[in-house]
Amino acid sequence: MRTGTFLIAAALVGLAIVVLTRIFFTNEYFFFAAYVVLQYIVLSTAWNILGGYTGYINFGTGAFFAIGAYSSAVLHKLPALLKTFDILIPAVPLPVMIVVGGIVSGIVGLGTGYLTLRLRGVFFSIATLALAVVVQTLITNWDFVGGARGAYVLRPRVAPLIGGEYVQYLFLLMLGMCVIVLATARAIERSALGYGFAAIRDDEAAAEASGVPTLRLKLIATTLSGGFMGMAGAPLPYYVTYLDPTSGFSLNYAVNAIAMPLIGGTGSWLGPVVGAVLVGGLQEYLRVTISSAVNVLVAGVLMVAFVIAAPQGIVGLFQRKR
Amino acid sequence: MVSLDLLINAIVAGILLGGFYAAVTVGITISFGMLDIANIAQPAFILLGSYAAYIITYYVPVDPLVVGFLMLPVFYVIGMAVYRLYYYSFELRGEQSIQGLAFFFGLLFVAEVSLVLVFGVDYRFVEAPYIGPSLHLGIIDLPLRMLIPCLVSLVMIAVLQLYLSRSFIGRAILAVSQDGLALQLMAASPTRIKQIAFGISVATCSLAGTFLIIIQPVEPSIGRDYIGRIFAICVLGGMTSFPGMVAAALLIGIVESITATFYGPSWAPAVAFGFLLITLAVRPAGLAGR
Repeated sequence: MRTGTFLIAAALVGLAIVVLTRIFFTNEYFFFAAYVVLQYIVLSTAWNILGGYTGYINFGTGAFFAIGAYSSAVLHKLPALLKTFDILIPAVPLPVMIVVGGIVSGIVGLGTGYLTLRLRGVFFSIATLALAVVVQTLITNWDFVGGARGAYVLRPRVAPLIGGEYVQYLFLLMLGMCVIVLATARAIERSALGYGFAAIRDDEAAAEASGVPTLRLKLIATTLSGGFMGMAGAPLPYYVTYLDPTSGFSLNYAVNAIAMPLIGGTGSWLGPVVGAVLVGGLQEYLRVTISSAVNVLVAGVLMVAFVIAAPQGIVGLFQRKR
Repeated sequence: MVSLDLLINAIVAGILLGGFYAAVTVGITISFGMLDIANIAQPAFILLGSYAAYIITYYVPVDPLVVGFLMLPVFYVIGMAVYRLYYYSFELRGEQSIQGLAFFFGLLFVAEVSLVLVFGVDYRFVEAPYIGPSLHLGIIDLPLRMLIPCLVSLVMIAVLQLYLSRSFIGRAILAVSQDGLALQLMAASPTRIKQIAFGISVATCSLAGTFLIIIQPVEPSIGRDYIGRIFAICVLGGMTSFPGMVAAALLIGIVESITATFYGPSWAPAVAFGFLLITLAVRPAGLAGR
């Protein structure tokens, strides 16, 4: 399937999901749960662009995600701030926030990559852990976005464009992002870029020696991956309506973003989707039936089990049988 | 105007803190620096050490440091078991880099969440006669709860240094860190040596965890703050050298303590991580490296 065809097909599937959900689910809870699963599809696909394709593990998903969320919080407060200087601007629409969040996170990804990617891969991973704490400290000390206390972000009562509950609008936006991220990931896989990434993953020194511009490719991967994570985080303030550093930087995002691709399979775009739907769905189920502490444990335990017993993930299991 | 007392006390507190950081990092210097195993679950083992001290002192009236020493063999065995698992799952298959990192990250997270499920998110602490009082030397305050861990930690590192440079197994560990294949040609099994070394690196967590709970009350998510710190110290110290590592630990301790005193404790966590990012970018060989 060509990328264009795939994009159309994915968009059609997305549209079908929207139509079906609007017919069958009048219960608002469904949208809250589905939003989380979609968010994890975006996050784990974004993680996989760097982690699965080039083999560089990013532990700082929470940082990129929170940068997206906090850039939305800043944009949300911006009109009120400018008003005190007699500059009137309209409220910033959410899609613009998503784009801005993506750009800011992408730049941070580029910077982190630039600082550390000339070293061995494990140093990049440790640096991303460090990045998460640095960014969290900066935001905890930044009063404009609420500091350690956090900030309330009131969402409009009615969704723009489609009407109805606001969470349905968030769900739609996240679904749109899923389509874009999946189409990008799939396009990368089949392009020269993807082969370059795979060459880096398999043997970086050999790739460099054969003329693959490894540093540039790795920087493209960190930027894309960071940018998509930021996009996934941008609607968060409107979803939770109360944003504080502990929830924005929760380790759960980092763990899930790594666990889901590893469980689903890191080799192709389908793996993170399978992982996110299965693990995300299971977590939402356990959150309701048992407790929220158990639901995060599941991802960790499954991840450890899969890297030991089935390093190719679920998708890999099926491919081997064929 | 910065008051001189305050500055001197901040530096002294930083040195004491640095001594403790050295105890926390020494295991990583062995596992990451010498064995090339990026054990990012180290803070989880340290927390296990803290909680072991907490449970045992809760039921048995005994000094927490004694518990720390008694638990050393237990942690040694745990370390060897984890290495076995790591070896069969990753080193043998030649997939240690990506999958291995994810494995340790998973362990870290599973340990943290399990501690939350068992103990809740309350702060836990231990009781000991030296928690509370301070030595006063002129204008300098030496809180005993910091001084004792610092001293015991430096003794522990000195003993390990002696062990590595003098004993047969210790020298074998240094040899495997330089060239595992050569060791194999001398008819020694690198895997067995690495297993012992990894056991030692986890055993240090028993004491380091006890120090941690003596110094401050402990809750499960506290371990995360130490990941960047211990790797920053390890890298800054030049990866394999104990003296370099102690120097880096003291440096980070002092800078953190000064930051906390003059800018507020909420900025302190970023210090080590800032150091780490700058070191990685500018001088990845560390302070002691060539």
